[in-house]
Amino acid sequence: MATALTDRVLMKGNEAIAEAAIRAGVQAYFGYPITPQSEISEYMAAHLPEHGGAFLQAESEVAAINMVYGAAGAGARVMTSTSSPGISLMQEGLSYIVGSELPCVIINVMRGGPGLGNIAPSQADYFQATKSAGHGDGRNLVLAPSTIQEAADLTLLAFDLADRYRNPAMVLTDGITGQMMEPVAFREGPSLPREVPAWATTGAGDGPVRLINSIYLEPEALEAHNQRLQEKYRRMQVEVRSEAYLMDDAVVAVAAYGLTARIARTAVDRARAKGIRAGLLRPITVYPFPTQACADAAGQVAGILTVEMSAGQMVEDVRLAVEGRTPVRFYGRLGGVVPTPPEVLAQIERLLSEVKAR
Amino acid sequence: MASMELIIAGFGGQGILFLGEMLTQAAILEGKHATWMPAYGPEQRGGTATCTVVIAEEPIGSPVVADPDALIVMNRPSMDKFEPRARAGAVLIVNASMVDRPPERADLVVVAVDAAAEARALDKPQVANMVLLGALLAARPVVAMESVARALAGHFPPDRQHLVEINVTALTRGAAAAARQLPGAASARVA
Amino acid sequence: MKQVFTRPASLAETPMHYCPGCTHGVAHRLVAEVLDELGLRGRTIGVASVGCSVFAYNYFNLDFQQAAHGRAPAVATGIKRVLPDRVVFTYQGDGDLAAIGTAEIVHAANRGENITVIFINNAVYGMTGGQMAPTTLPGMRTTTTPYGRDVRVTGYPIHVAEMLATLKGVAYISRVALCGVAHITKAKRAIRKAFQAQLDGKGFSLVEILSTCPVTWGLQPIDAVRWLEANMLPVFPLGEFVTDGQKERA
Repeated sequence: MATALTDRVLMKGNEAIAEAAIRAGVQAYFGYPITPQSEISEYMAAHLPEHGGAFLQAESEVAAINMVYGAAGAGARVMTSTSSPGISLMQEGLSYIVGSELPCVIINVMRGGPGLGNIAPSQADYFQATKSAGHGDGRNLVLAPSTIQEAADLTLLAFDLADRYRNPAMVLTDGITGQMMEPVAFREGPSLPREVPAWATTGAGDGPVRLINSIYLEPEALEAHNQRLQEKYRRMQVEVRSEAYLMDDAVVAVAAYGLTARIARTAVDRARAKGIRAGLLRPITVYPFPTQACADAAGQVAGILTVEMSAGQMVEDVRLAVEGRTPVRFYGRLGGVVPTPPEVLAQIERLLSEVKAR
Repeated sequence: MASMELIIAGFGGQGILFLGEMLTQAAILEGKHATWMPAYGPEQRGGTATCTVVIAEEPIGSPVVADPDALIVMNRPSMDKFEPRARAGAVLIVNASMVDRPPERADLVVVAVDAAAEARALDKPQVANMVLLGALLAARPVVAMESVARALAGHFPPDRQHLVEINVTALTRGAAAAARQLPGAASARVA
Repeated sequence: MKQVFTRPASLAETPMHYCPGCTHGVAHRLVAEVLDELGLRGRTIGVASVGCSVFAYNYFNLDFQQAAHGRAPAVATGIKRVLPDRVVFTYQGDGDLAAIGTAEIVHAANRGENITVIFINNAVYGMTGGQMAPTTLPGMRTTTTPYGRDVRVTGYPIHVAEMLATLKGVAYISRVALCGVAHITKAKRAIRKAFQAQLDGKGFSLVEILSTCPVTWGLQPIDAVRWLEANMLPVFPLGEFVTDGQKERA
């Protein structure tokens, strides 16, 4: 049922994510302050206890992700949030979490890197988020909201997907989406009724003991464990989500996710106003990646322009999907600089003139 | 006037983010789509502040605006930075108390208001931002003044509701000051 | 016939992999006996660390989580915060707790995290083959201090019990040694007090257990016990450092 537009509340993206998590029934939050996402911690500190949940400011991101591990292993619905440098510190814990198959939600409000970088918005953690969960062959489920409404909706979804696959689900967003305000309407959660899983270590009572673990000392046993994980990642492919905007008759497509996709959407509108049949292909999940949607677009358009706030990361997945069937060009801004609609429009026009000249 | 892509710029502490938030909230109360985007920085006080507000009847694409069709500049550096970026025909609201030069462009609708003086006249220097918002809405009535008044009423807690009136008065004064400079353009209904 | 000795219910039947003369087995047994005697087996969750005791979960008949190197106190914190009425303990060696895991142990203690830590100090990294630990004695030879630990280069043995005893969140801390029946009896008493502190909701409790590593020390088991007595006791004094913590109760 559509929510009346006037029922919406104006909230920062960070706050909307936190509120959505509380409505999803999150039972514990562990985090360490880092700009531009600290509002998530602050919101949780203020509101999670009144919903019966546990809030704790950890001594580091390293500790925070291990607290998540412990709480998830004990059967709780649990999350953390951080920004890029903090995600680097969480890689170790993430690897143990995927190895032990624990459900949890991680919010990454990306900022400029490498190193200390800056606090401006970025999408330069795409590789880190989508290609592995720390060391080893593990994967995160990765959801990339474009609006604050979607940030709230995908946070809720992330908890469900994490439970469904016993895998960490990451909401991959950026400093602007975290800091900007936009109206949002909340769905009530949790959407899945949740019981404490049988595998959780809650004290064995008179039953069999449970173990949360990622050690398989025998290579054959570890291979078998990895095969199970890979099979799970194949099953996850059904969760792929993407949006096609004005793609039906498009002759040129822009591929972009998150904040960049909204900027590209305005550029597409402006291109249409100039008579250019442009469309937007927007991955909503970036792992699993909407390979088929990209491949389909490749058969239709004369070229695909990928726009990112990075040096070109998602564009590699686009190229893998397209398999050379159509030219794929890249436009990126780095270090926290945000591309603007006129810049993207100029790139659309440039791509079109390039393919026409061929 | 269905849509607006506005940049508000000045010093930190001039109430820029609050101005933007009240305008955004007013748009939402009217059932419109709106985004509010701060240029966030590590500094908690002082420094420069910029806020981008987009209001539209349709879902909003970019919250990032390169070429605004409305500008409120609250100090000289903001005037120098943003005037060249305005779209042709954009409205430019100038805080005359802090900007010591006239605009260079001839293709903009310019309203200059001595917001500090107007606020001083109300014995409330903090409401200079609302004076400028009033001026903007006189020039571009993207939302009704009543909606801003409702946004203000929703913002202040019960023990500070008395502040609503002084803010609305500031809006009204700003709108009146702008109307005097906008022959035939003073279409904003003044609360 | 009266049975005078049996396997505690909190220990599994799995044969232990520890080297001959290693005192991990004794420490495991003491923890298991205490859990049995306090009737806690069914509501206890253990956290194993990285080191020789990485497989501790195989030997305890309890729900267990395996933590990354040094992170056991953070993992235990996560468990305890969502299951405050359960008993949670970590079992960590000196490399795990006193080197890579210093941040986690200090902050768990300082928060007064209501968990119990069993800290095995044998002055060496056992699992990786006898390298220097933060607790290695001055002059002691290890594979990474082949000429003896030079305190000018690598500093001094860390006194974990004394260091953590300065923190207000701590309810109980003691140092015991597994050399001889009298000491082992005292060790069990200390472990019991530590778990009792947790049951009473008093805050963080830790028992530092001086242990042997005959293989990496290059000694026969009995000589290792004598070496512990002769060399470790003077550096790491035994005793209770905190018996009734000052933490304010919630």
